[in-house]
Amino acid sequence: MILDCLGQKCPLPIIELARAFPSVAVGETVTVLADDPAAEPDLKAWCRLRGQSYEGRSGDAFLIRRLT
Amino acid sequence: MVSFDAASGLPLHPLAREAWLAALDDGWADPARLYGSARRARQLLDGALASMAAQLGCRVDELHLSPNGTQALYGAVRGVRAARARVGSHVVHSAIEHSAVLHACGEGPATSVPVDLLGRVSLDAFEAAVQPDTVLACLIAASHEVGTVQPRVEVPVPVLVDAAQAIGRTPLPSWDLLAGSARKWGGPSLGLLAVRTGVRWVSPWPEEGGFPGSLDLPAVLAAAVALEAVSLERVAEDARLRPLVGRIRAAAGAIEDVEVVGDPDERLPHLVTFSVLYVDGESLVMALDAEGFEVSSGSSCTSSVLEPSHVLVAMGVSTHGSVRVSLSRWVTEDDVDRFCQVLPQVVARLRG
Repeated sequence: MILDCLGQKCPLPIIELARAFPSVAVGETVTVLADDPAAEPDLKAWCRLRGQSYEGRSGDAFLIRRLT
Repeated sequence: MVSFDAASGLPLHPLAREAWLAALDDGWADPARLYGSARRARQLLDGALASMAAQLGCRVDELHLSPNGTQALYGAVRGVRAARARVGSHVVHSAIEHSAVLHACGEGPATSVPVDLLGRVSLDAFEAAVQPDTVLACLIAASHEVGTVQPRVEVPVPVLVDAAQAIGRTPLPSWDLLAGSARKWGGPSLGLLAVRTGVRWVSPWPEEGGFPGSLDLPAVLAAAVALEAVSLERVAEDARLRPLVGRIRAAAGAIEDVEVVGDPDERLPHLVTFSVLYVDGESLVMALDAEGFEVSSGSSCTSSVLEPSHVLVAMGVSTHGSVRVSLSRWVTEDDVDRFCQVLPQVVARLRG
């Protein structure tokens, strides 16, 4: 799954991710496209708080894996 | 309206206000001149310097005054680098220093040492970052953004302690250079840099010995009076504010998807920061303002540079929806209880 949040300010990408997450199967990944400077710290923190895995970034693409 | 933003600034302490008003009549002359009113001004200045030095635990000749705390920090780093150029210019600093320290350190070779989730610097990493050409280590006494008091470091180089939030609030760690800001302890805008005898520091400005320009003498007198006053009140205020901050920590932490950040125990008595998921910081600040509470935020939408707080990023906590509450002598128990009552309603409304 890809969530295009380019141009969105935080917390919008995090809200989009939280909304979409129930439809991600455990073990699958979701890619969040975001260019807000707060996206990286906030996606990492969200994964930590939610017990999910932040797999890294490539440019404006952030990869998150559902663990639970 | 209740100011919950003492860490940014607070009204003059009542005794400092009295001193400031009196000094407008009595201490307006240039203390460097030789005539009668100037000699009177010099007497007042000497008394204020002696008082501040005593409160800070240093000698009068170790104390330099600056226009504000930011310039004191710049002057500290630049002055040590200038004085110790033969040794090197490398500087070690924590990742959560004030941005003035980060900017000044960035003017030459520097190593940034990370902090953990609670905002505590890693002692091993800090000590290991010191090299043969390191001339200075910078470690803030307690974070101005999350309140975490830093552990004590043992390094073979001079240590600059930014004590802006610690002076008048909590006992100071040992230091070689100490920077502070009178605005944070109930004085007017005035900074200080204390340099221990034997620590090599030169003024990075052409002026002999200190910071450039003449001093605002009424501000110096008021700052000294405020420091004496808050030092006398410190233990009682700590006992009063620490549990009030504890109530805010509990109330914020009880809201779903809110993370209270910073060390729960090793912290400043008056300051707490929390992150509200799914809400932007600007909306929180405005909504709480409408409820009568003035708070600050480390979220990018509330910063002048539209970047999230480097302190929150370094800790790895969420940067949006960030709220920093810092209490002062002006805040009552009722204010805090009403805040704890209002906060969950504001968050629920904004999450809509």
